[in-house]
Amino acid sequence: MQNAGFIIASYTLTIGSVLLFAVVTLRRARESAKLVEDKHKPWI
Amino acid sequence: MKKITNRSRVVSAVFIKDLRIEARSRVVTNQVLPFAGLIMIMFAFALDNDDVLQRVAGGLIWLATIFSLFVIVQRSFAIETDDSALDSLRVAGIDLSAVFLGKAFALTLQLIALDVVLIASAFLLYQVQVSAVGIVLLVTCVTCATTGLGFVGTLYGGLTAGANGRETLLPLLLLPVVAPVLIAATRATEAAFGSGGAATSEGWAWVGLLTIFAAVFGIGGSLAFGPLIDE
Amino acid sequence: MSQTSTQTPQKVSNTGTQATRVIGALAILVTIWVVISGLVLTPADVVQGESVRIMYVHVPSAWIAYVAFIVTAITSAFYIFSKRHSLGFDRVAGASAEVGVIFMAITLITGSLWGRLTWGEFWQWDPRLTTTAFLFVTYVGYLAVRRLDGSIEQRAKRSGVIALLAVVEIPLVHFSVVFWRSLHQGATVLNPNGDVKMDDLMLFTLFSGVIGFTLVFIWLVLHRQRTMLLSDLVIERAIDNAILERQNEGVGR
Repeated sequence: MQNAGFIIASYTLTIGSVLLFAVVTLRRARESAKLVEDKHKPWI
Repeated sequence: MKKITNRSRVVSAVFIKDLRIEARSRVVTNQVLPFAGLIMIMFAFALDNDDVLQRVAGGLIWLATIFSLFVIVQRSFAIETDDSALDSLRVAGIDLSAVFLGKAFALTLQLIALDVVLIASAFLLYQVQVSAVGIVLLVTCVTCATTGLGFVGTLYGGLTAGANGRETLLPLLLLPVVAPVLIAATRATEAAFGSGGAATSEGWAWVGLLTIFAAVFGIGGSLAFGPLIDE
Repeated sequence: MSQTSTQTPQKVSNTGTQATRVIGALAILVTIWVVISGLVLTPADVVQGESVRIMYVHVPSAWIAYVAFIVTAITSAFYIFSKRHSLGFDRVAGASAEVGVIFMAITLITGSLWGRLTWGEFWQWDPRLTTTAFLFVTYVGYLAVRRLDGSIEQRAKRSGVIALLAVVEIPLVHFSVVFWRSLHQGATVLNPNGDVKMDDLMLFTLFSGVIGFTLVFIWLVLHRQRTMLLSDLVIERAIDNAILERQNEGVGR
């Protein structure tokens, strides 16, 4: 593929940064969820 | 809350108070003006070419104005938050949008004084020229642009007043907002100076944009300032 | 803070629910399809060649970034103008802005990579690009305002006003940049999508990209705003406990 470096870089960057954000959010959620009782979680 | 006194009296009281503090402390005249003058000299060192300087003088004047704006806005709210003067005004039940207008006009007047010095230094240092019609355009442009900057500066200054890290946050918030002023005021000033063969008549459209900017943030600021300060 | 948690021995419920799990699974599936189709199945463009493949991530990212900022503006307006000043609106506004900033950064970077291939330059002073960059900086500032110290209500009010001001500011910036370019340089850059002839599969892949990224956006915002609620609660509780401890110290003496 021509210009493969640029194209792969775009895809990796896009998916990588979204994944990173998702992982960070989930980890933070897990930490705070331990400290809060279920009755304070309106989505349950 | 009941309005203690009518609006225009509050506006002028705050306006006069801010100017009086400046007259006694001389922070703008003794610190900000020399700072802005230094910026103009530094630009000359950096660009090191008379033709280029003449060509970009308009932009340099307004960049120097905007950098000085940050300093003046910090100052304008430091005098309010240091002794929690803003809280006292709030508790007194004074219409906060009038406080906003008073502070904004005081800021505008200080900016106008600053721009007079900056434009004068451009004449001296960068050898720009201006025609009679150009002077009319220049005066209108400075008035409209500084009014807009006064409104925006007061609004964002009030927003960050008293918060930690406001010195660094204010430029981040203000720079994108004042970008239209930088563009429009620069083009209008260039038209007044005739830089790069620009005709004076080209400048008036930009003054229109500056007026819209000032109107939008004048209205937006009067509406938003009260709720922002009021906890 | 450890003694504040009345921890239940059973398993802890996190921010996930049945709905988010379904959305998450769908988002992953659609994204995998977009990657396969975008990189392998779709043909190269006649004019742009292989570089057109960047479009399948660039355009959906830009779309999501704009959607995110619109969501932030709308929920901020709801927070400011509603009678109840429900903090839920503020949390959605904040979560959406965070996701928006990330997608905006992705848009700018993938866009400049694509620009390097098609225009030969990473950046052009085109009104659309310039406005997008300003939008990015504005919302970075918005996130900085959310981090200022103060109460949760203060945070909501300050950032709400900033979000509404951004709605006024962005058209002004866009208009002045358009005006600036039109007076000083005749033509702007060629529309990056304009000369791409899209066949059905290309269109479908682009469309799937938009759907997939929208799912990702919903998933991220749901989790992020729930996390925000949890951390707000934890902070509030830490303050309450600190006050209680002080009071108990006084009683014990």
